[in-house]
Amino acid sequence: MSIQAAEILAETTHVDEEHGGSVRVEAWRRLRRNPAAIAGALLVLLFLLVAAFAPLLAPYGPTDQVALDQIRPGSIPGPSSEHVLGVDNLGRDELSRLLYGARQSLIIGVGSTLIGFFFGCLLGLAAGGLGGWVDGLAMRLVDIMLSIPGLLFAIAVAALVGKTRLGLMIAIAVPAIPIFARLLRGSMLAHREADYVMAAKSVGVRQSRIVFSHIVPNSLSPVLVQGTLLLATAIIDAAALSFLGLGTDDPGVPEWGRMLADSQSYLAAAAHLAFLPCIAIVISALGFTLLGESLREALDPRFRR
Amino acid sequence: MRHSTSPSRRLLALTLGGVLAAALAGCGGDSGDEESAGATGGTLVFGTSNDPVILDGAYVSDGESIRPVRQIFESLVTTKEGGTEPLPLLAKSWETSADGLTWTFTLQEGVKFHDGEPFNAAAVCTNFDRWYNFKGVQQADSVAYYWLTVFGGFAKNESPDTAPSLYKSCAAENDTTAVITLTRPNGAFLSGLTLPAFSMASPKALTEFKADEVKGAADAPQFTGTFGTEHPVGTGPFKFESWQRGDRLTIARNDDYWGEKAKLDKVVFRPIGKGADRRQALEAGDIDGYDLVDPGDVDALKSAGFQILERPAFNVGYIGFDQAEEPVNNPKIREAIAYAINRQQIVQANYPAGAEVATQFQPPSLWGHNPEVPKYDYDPEKAKTLVAESGVKNPTLQFFYPTDVSRPYMPNPTANFEIMKANLEAVGFKVVPKAAKWDPDYLNAVDSGNAGAVHIIGWTGDYGDPDNFIGTFFGRPKAQFGFKDAAIQDELARALSLSDQAERDTIYKKANADIMTALPGIPYVHTKPNIAFKAGVTGYVPSPVNNEDFSTVSLPSSN
Amino acid sequence: MARFVFRRLALLIPILFGLSLLLFLWVRALPGGPAIALLGERATPEAIERFNRLYGLDRSLWEQYASYMGRVVRLDLGASTRTNRPVLTEFWERFPATIELALAALLIAVAVGIPLGYFAARRFGTWLDNSSVVASLIGVTIPVFFLGFLLKYVFAVRLGWLPSQGRQDARLAVEHPTNFYVLDGIVTGNLNATWDAIAHLILPAIALASIPLAIIVRITRASVLDVLNEDYVRTAEAKGLTKRVISRRHVLRNAMLPVSTTIGLQTGLLLSGAILTETVFALPGIGTYLVRAIDGRDYSAIQGVILIIAVIYVIVNLLVDISYGIIDPRVRVR
Repeated sequence: MSIQAAEILAETTHVDEEHGGSVRVEAWRRLRRNPAAIAGALLVLLFLLVAAFAPLLAPYGPTDQVALDQIRPGSIPGPSSEHVLGVDNLGRDELSRLLYGARQSLIIGVGSTLIGFFFGCLLGLAAGGLGGWVDGLAMRLVDIMLSIPGLLFAIAVAALVGKTRLGLMIAIAVPAIPIFARLLRGSMLAHREADYVMAAKSVGVRQSRIVFSHIVPNSLSPVLVQGTLLLATAIIDAAALSFLGLGTDDPGVPEWGRMLADSQSYLAAAAHLAFLPCIAIVISALGFTLLGESLREALDPRFRR
Repeated sequence: MRHSTSPSRRLLALTLGGVLAAALAGCGGDSGDEESAGATGGTLVFGTSNDPVILDGAYVSDGESIRPVRQIFESLVTTKEGGTEPLPLLAKSWETSADGLTWTFTLQEGVKFHDGEPFNAAAVCTNFDRWYNFKGVQQADSVAYYWLTVFGGFAKNESPDTAPSLYKSCAAENDTTAVITLTRPNGAFLSGLTLPAFSMASPKALTEFKADEVKGAADAPQFTGTFGTEHPVGTGPFKFESWQRGDRLTIARNDDYWGEKAKLDKVVFRPIGKGADRRQALEAGDIDGYDLVDPGDVDALKSAGFQILERPAFNVGYIGFDQAEEPVNNPKIREAIAYAINRQQIVQANYPAGAEVATQFQPPSLWGHNPEVPKYDYDPEKAKTLVAESGVKNPTLQFFYPTDVSRPYMPNPTANFEIMKANLEAVGFKVVPKAAKWDPDYLNAVDSGNAGAVHIIGWTGDYGDPDNFIGTFFGRPKAQFGFKDAAIQDELARALSLSDQAERDTIYKKANADIMTALPGIPYVHTKPNIAFKAGVTGYVPSPVNNEDFSTVSLPSSN
Repeated sequence: MARFVFRRLALLIPILFGLSLLLFLWVRALPGGPAIALLGERATPEAIERFNRLYGLDRSLWEQYASYMGRVVRLDLGASTRTNRPVLTEFWERFPATIELALAALLIAVAVGIPLGYFAARRFGTWLDNSSVVASLIGVTIPVFFLGFLLKYVFAVRLGWLPSQGRQDARLAVEHPTNFYVLDGIVTGNLNATWDAIAHLILPAIALASIPLAIIVRITRASVLDVLNEDYVRTAEAKGLTKRVISRRHVLRNAMLPVSTTIGLQTGLLLSGAILTETVFALPGIGTYLVRAIDGRDYSAIQGVILIIAVIYVIVNLLVDISYGIIDPRVRVR
């Protein structure tokens, strides 16, 4: 969703005058009945289970070149009884690599989202909470960062931080920081003007308590939604960066994006090597997207009829 | 249905549906190109892996610049079609003096440059003297690479590292006799002259278009003259027509050529980076042929009806050790690595049919090859023993490999690396992978000895002399290998200075054995690189040193 | 209104300055440097010094920045350290390729996305609606480069309907006065060339359009749904206005607001996606130029290109903001 739209949404959010929290209760109820949300949640659960239990589920190690003797250029054995999904160009079991690949995607996805979330919220909190010149400076920084298109930014950062997994996470996280910051700040601004906040201030509640106990929890909704969506795009961005050659140095470690990029040369010999990681990427990203979109709809007051 | 150039056919193709397409999907064979006029004439579009750098033979050392240069320019001698022996070209015949210092070349008569200037002995001397008098930037390794390789130095060497020149002078006795005098005898001189770096350019064009004008500081060459970019004037069967960087380079038949005229009207070179993309371009009919076919595509292209040509093996892929790094300075470790690598498996899995496992640093087709060198057949148990004997605990190897590149001797570096890594880990090494993009990072790192303890790279021979292989690698101490071995160096220097091939052969055989005992690296493959063409294209003769002539090529007729 | 525009414009300057500073510092933080990249690591310290002096890299950072900005303001982006040609020239040589691609993709996304979203909304809950939602979700998640490769494989290689890479058939001899290949054919009276250029654009444009298309479908659908549920539309229905009249006069115009703002914001996605698409289809555009410049540590080229792209992006966003401000006065208060 565009920043503009998200901001407008955040700023026109009707804040429930009596209980700041009933928004969330109602959202949860709506979520439970939404088929898209359920589907998303199931996919995410599947993804997490696979990532967690990969060593138990995988029939072989992800880097064991068990079938290397059968490999010839242009000829890669397809699915068989020993290798349910076939092997890759170096004789490694594809199923095992896909399962272990979930771990990499999870680590990279969660890692980059957390990094982006953390720093973005820090920035947004400073801007929204402190106001004044801090706000001005922070928002200018955000504007500058937002003036560079996303992938371009990621490439620029990746070129700088080098080819490690952490580097990849940072490269994906940095373009997301301004988005989080803007969202949180916008949301906080909206809530600042709300009646219940005025009421609390007039009674004498301290500014910091107002910010932390009331405004922030209520402002987090759009940010959480964005976080879920970012997880989805992180998995895809990691694939794109691997494709451009900015992934990690060790080609053996299975990572879906890298597997997809590497498989392009073997499309003729073994097309399934390209389709399988792509399907994995799409399914996982889809799961998080569905969940995130449903969350957003659930929290969107415009749908409250 | 093949992609054709006519718009009405294309619209028809787009609007008809899957039925036609599905029915014709398997079609191989002739393109519907209406412009090819028959056995002679037509435009051949050839896919290359990169744009040329510049079209001045004296300044280039990369394959993609050399390719068009070889069509536009000619040298005094050339290599046998498909082989490496020197044969007459612009020089009809030659004689050497008894001391090996004076070479008298009798030139072809009636040859003209593309701009009408006559080719004569004066022109030959102008060209040689031009190179000999290179100054400043022109003397850099990255510019005058081949002059430095064959002749060593210049009239006035500007760097203390440059050797004294092999070249002394050139004299034009008459229009058809050029005499070149050397400072010392050299057995590889004539072979070296077959290189495109020593091709003859029109003296008038060289001056008029400022071929020697170089801007920028020394070592940062920026050629501002237009000779190499807009007016490369030679004597060859093709003339330069136009060049849109990154898009296409076009050459056209020289109708005033002194020898047999080219059959094609034009040749267009199109740079297409990835092998997979070149293949798709060929299958879609966008190009008529391309170089450097991915091994995995060979069988598929053959069954689809395309032609696959093989270049005779004249390269070597090897693992290099930088003995300035631990633990490869320990000879037992190097030996252990040699036994640990399963070369047969690597060649089998990653290289096309026709590739062979290498036993030494030069291919078997080149004289000087020694079938009796020490061999290191795959033996992981022996490797483990050697590691234990070496006294190195927890041996760790920083292993560099290149990305974003495909070389004839190394079509998929990453795949080679992964197998080697697994081999090494199986015998107890810890491998730290380090990837770098081929150009400029990887090449720079390897050349300067900053590529860890182990790296993979290779070499394609430029001319038919063992010095071009093992002389290049081990003739002088190099940062790449980080070691000095006076015995081997002396052997190679001696072999280079002799003129009798039989004598040189004996010395080179011994040198190869000594090298494989010292193990500065592990050669593992010699390959036959492949070129692909659509069906019906004839006359292309692959050459081990990439001296390939488009003037004998013709397109199929359109019916 | 004018004050609103002026304020936004005024904000532009510090943003661009800040960006150029950031870029400047980032490029110099890259490991290695143009001297090493060009001369090789064996280069002697003197050679490196000479190179740096030539390109002004030996002066203090502030001096370099000041002189760089001085030149930028005069529209001089320096010369590429690799080819020694002016960055601006190289940029203009390659930019039309990227623009053509982006415009073609945008065209597809809008021409297909808006009607699809509209009809999905009007047929809320039917298979058309549900499948378009699913399709748009998949469109957003499928990696662009994979889609590109797939399209290439199916339509160019297997079916041979369309060319697999490049902008033009090598056998066509065409002049390029504008460097927009589609226009060039028209301008030089060579319609063959125009059709050929279009054929070369189709597959990459489809691949690039996938994400904007998906987004436009969704936003169109959502905003049409919103409008359909608004009271005044229900009133119009009650008044007896036919469905078709209602749709044209009320729904579409009101629904277009969020859609048009999204289109403006797609620029960023298009530019990012172009990098990947250009690589897959071997198009000589800005994307491939930039990736190569980063590899070669070509400071001038990297700075120049990213700066120009950012300027374009910012200006487009500004225009979107302004148009949004015209349409919805509430926004101007911010």
